[in-house]
Amino acid sequence: MNRAPLIFLGIFFTLAFSWTGIILTNQLTYGKLEPIVDQTENKSYPEALPGLAAQGKLVYQDLGCIYCHSQQVRRPGFGADDKRGWGDRQSVARDYIREGRVLLGTMRTGPDLRNIGARQASRDWHMLHLYDPQITSKGSIMAPFPFLFETHKIVGQPSPKAIKLPAPYTAVPGYEVVPTPRAEALVAYLQSLKDSYAYPETRNVFVEPASAGKMEDKQ
Amino acid sequence: MASVPNLAASFDPATSPDLVKRAELSEIDASTKVPALFFLGSAVLWLLVGTAFALISSFKLHTPNYFGDIEWLTFGRTRTAHLNAVIYGWSVNAAFAVAFWLMARLSRSVLRHSGLLMIAGAFWNIGVTIGIIGILTGDSTSIEWLEMPPYATPLLFVAYALIGAWALITFRFGKSGHIYVSQWYLLAALFWFPWLYSIAQIMLILEPARGTVQALVNWWFAHNVLGLWFTPIGLAAVYYFLPKVLGKPIHSYYLSILGFWSLALFYNWAGVHHLIGGPVPAWVLSAGIAASFMMAIPVIVTGINHHMTMVGSFSALKYSPTLRFIVFGAVSYTITSLIGSLMADRQVNEVVHFTHFTVAHAHQGMYAFFTMVMFGSIYYILPRILLKEWPSAMLISVHFWTVAVGITVYVVGLSIGGIKQGLEMNNADIPFLSTTAASVVTNTIPYLLSRSLSGVLMTIGHMAFAVNISWMLLRPRAPQATTPTLFQNPPEMEVAR
Repeated sequence: MNRAPLIFLGIFFTLAFSWTGIILTNQLTYGKLEPIVDQTENKSYPEALPGLAAQGKLVYQDLGCIYCHSQQVRRPGFGADDKRGWGDRQSVARDYIREGRVLLGTMRTGPDLRNIGARQASRDWHMLHLYDPQITSKGSIMAPFPFLFETHKIVGQPSPKAIKLPAPYTAVPGYEVVPTPRAEALVAYLQSLKDSYAYPETRNVFVEPASAGKMEDKQ
Repeated sequence: MASVPNLAASFDPATSPDLVKRAELSEIDASTKVPALFFLGSAVLWLLVGTAFALISSFKLHTPNYFGDIEWLTFGRTRTAHLNAVIYGWSVNAAFAVAFWLMARLSRSVLRHSGLLMIAGAFWNIGVTIGIIGILTGDSTSIEWLEMPPYATPLLFVAYALIGAWALITFRFGKSGHIYVSQWYLLAALFWFPWLYSIAQIMLILEPARGTVQALVNWWFAHNVLGLWFTPIGLAAVYYFLPKVLGKPIHSYYLSILGFWSLALFYNWAGVHHLIGGPVPAWVLSAGIAASFMMAIPVIVTGINHHMTMVGSFSALKYSPTLRFIVFGAVSYTITSLIGSLMADRQVNEVVHFTHFTVAHAHQGMYAFFTMVMFGSIYYILPRILLKEWPSAMLISVHFWTVAVGITVYVVGLSIGGIKQGLEMNNADIPFLSTTAASVVTNTIPYLLSRSLSGVLMTIGHMAFAVNISWMLLRPRAPQATTPTLFQNPPEMEVAR
C-alpha cells in the first residue's frame, strides 16, 4: 500500500493549520489597524518618523542594535519594565503600525529602548555614548562606534557639531571629533523613540496595586 | 567491509542475497559521492567561518573594545554573520547532504540527476556568501533569522526549488515500498521549509505586514525553521543511524509514528512563545504556550523510543564514533525540548525572556542536538562514499570531548547566568548598570567569560574535525579491505555496515 499521498496530506494540513491560525487570522483581525486621530490636538497617532530619524532607523538596523536592545515594554506587574523607567505604559500593537520594519527585539543585554527618547533627550549624551559607551556609562559592555565619527584638523572656526569629549578621550590638540551624517541620523532616531500617547486600549489596563513604588532607576 | 560495486558482479546473486544487498547499498553510496562531498565540504568550511565569528562575538561581549573600531566587525554584525554562517552555511549544507544520502539509501535507489543537486549547491553557497558579505557591510535586514539582504535570497530560492524537485523525483522512483519513519521526517522537512521561507520573505520583506503581525510572521518562521526543518532532519538521522550502528530494529514503529504526527501538529504553533508579554493578541500567545507544553508528547515518545533501542547496547558507545555523537545529540534533544516547553510557561518566561538563558537554549538545540547528530552522521557517511577510513581515531576523540565539554560548559554557564540576569532585571532595586554596586550587566560578565572559554574548546574540536577530513580526502585509498576507525577495537562486536 502506498501511503505517500496520505502522509503528504497530513504534512500539508498540519502547517496550514498554524499558518491559518497564527498568520492569516491575525492579519485579518488586526492587520489593518488604523492610527487614532486626536481631535483636540488635530494630529494622528502614532506619528510618522521625521525624515532624519527614518534614516537613523536604517543605521540602527545595519549595525544590529536589535541584538542587544528590545523595543517593547511589558505591562506593569509582568517584569519590572515600568519600575525601571523603560515606559509608563505597556506597548500595544497600535504603537508599531507606522513602522515599515518592526524591531521588537528579543534580547536585553542592554536596556529596552522603546522610550529612550523620553529618558535621554540629550543629543550630546547620545553622541558621547555612541563614540565610546565608557564615557557616559562606565562598565558597559556595549560596543563602541567610533567609525560613526570623523577626526578633523580644525581649520578656522571649530565645527559647532563637534562632540565635547571629556578628559582621557579628548582628540589631539588642533583636532576635533565630528559626527558623520549616519551618527546624526541614528541619534535623531533614538531621540524620536517614545510612546507617550494614551490610546483607548492603553487606558485602564491592569496595574498591580504594589507597583506604586520606585521610579528612580532611570538609566 | 566497504565493498566496491563491481565486486558483486563476480558473485551469483541468488546464492548470496546479503552480499547483493551490500553491493546495492555500495552502489547507492557511490552515486551520492559527488553531491554529498560538495555539500559536506561546504558545510565544514562554513562551520569554520561561523566558529571564527562566534569567537569574535563572544569576546566582544565581555571586552567591548576588542576590534571596537572596525565597523564590519562590530558586535551586531559579527553575531549576525555567525548565526547565518552556522545556520544557512553549516547546518543547511550538512542537512542537505545527510538528507540526500538518507533519501537515496532509504528509497533503495541510486541518486539520479546529481547535476541538479550540484547546481542547487552552487546557488545555495553563492547565495549564503553574498548574504553574509551583505550583513558584514551593513545591509542586514535586522529581522532575526532572516538577516540576509534581499539581493541574496533569490539565489537561495532557486537552490531550494531545484532541491525540492530533486527530492520529489527521488521519492517517486524509489524501489522500497515501505516508507521508513526517517523518510517521513525528510519529506515533511523538505516540504515545510520552502513554505515557511517564502511566507516569511513575502510578509516581511516584499510586502511587509502591518505592525506586530510582522513579529508573528517572524517567530512563526524562526521557530519553525528549528522545529520543522532542522529537528526532522536531525531526528531522521537519529532514527536511521541508531538502529543501523547497533544492528537491531528501532524499539517501536508505533511510537515513531505517534512522535512524528504529534510533532507535526504541535510544533508549528509553538513559535509565538517568543513574544510572551509583547504587543500581540494574548490568545495567540496562550495558544503558543499550550502548543509548547504539548510538545512534551513527541519529545517524550521519541526519547523513550530511542532509549529503548539503546538499552542493552550502551557499551557500543565505547567503540563507535558515530554512535557517541548521535546519542549525545538524541539525549540533548530530549533535554532541550523539555526545557523549551518549560520556558513557554508565563512565569518562567517572565524571568528568562530577553536573557542569555535563551541563547543557551538555542545553542543546546542547534548544537548539542542538531550539530552533534550531523557530526555523527558525517563520521558514518564519509568512509562509505570515499571508500577510505578515518585517518585518526585520536582526532575523532579530541573532536568529541572538546565539543561535548565545550557545549556543556556553554549551556550550563549561560543558563545559570541567564536566570540570574532575569531575576535581577525584574527587581528594580538592583541597578541595570553600575560600577560601584552589583548590577544586572556586570553580574553577567563571569558567565560571558565562561562562554568564551567553551567557545575556545569547541573551536579546537572543529579544527580537529577539519584536519581529519582534509587528511582523509588527501590520503590514498588502501589497496585492500580496511577495518573501520573506532575509538578502540571491540572484543566481539559485529560492526553494522
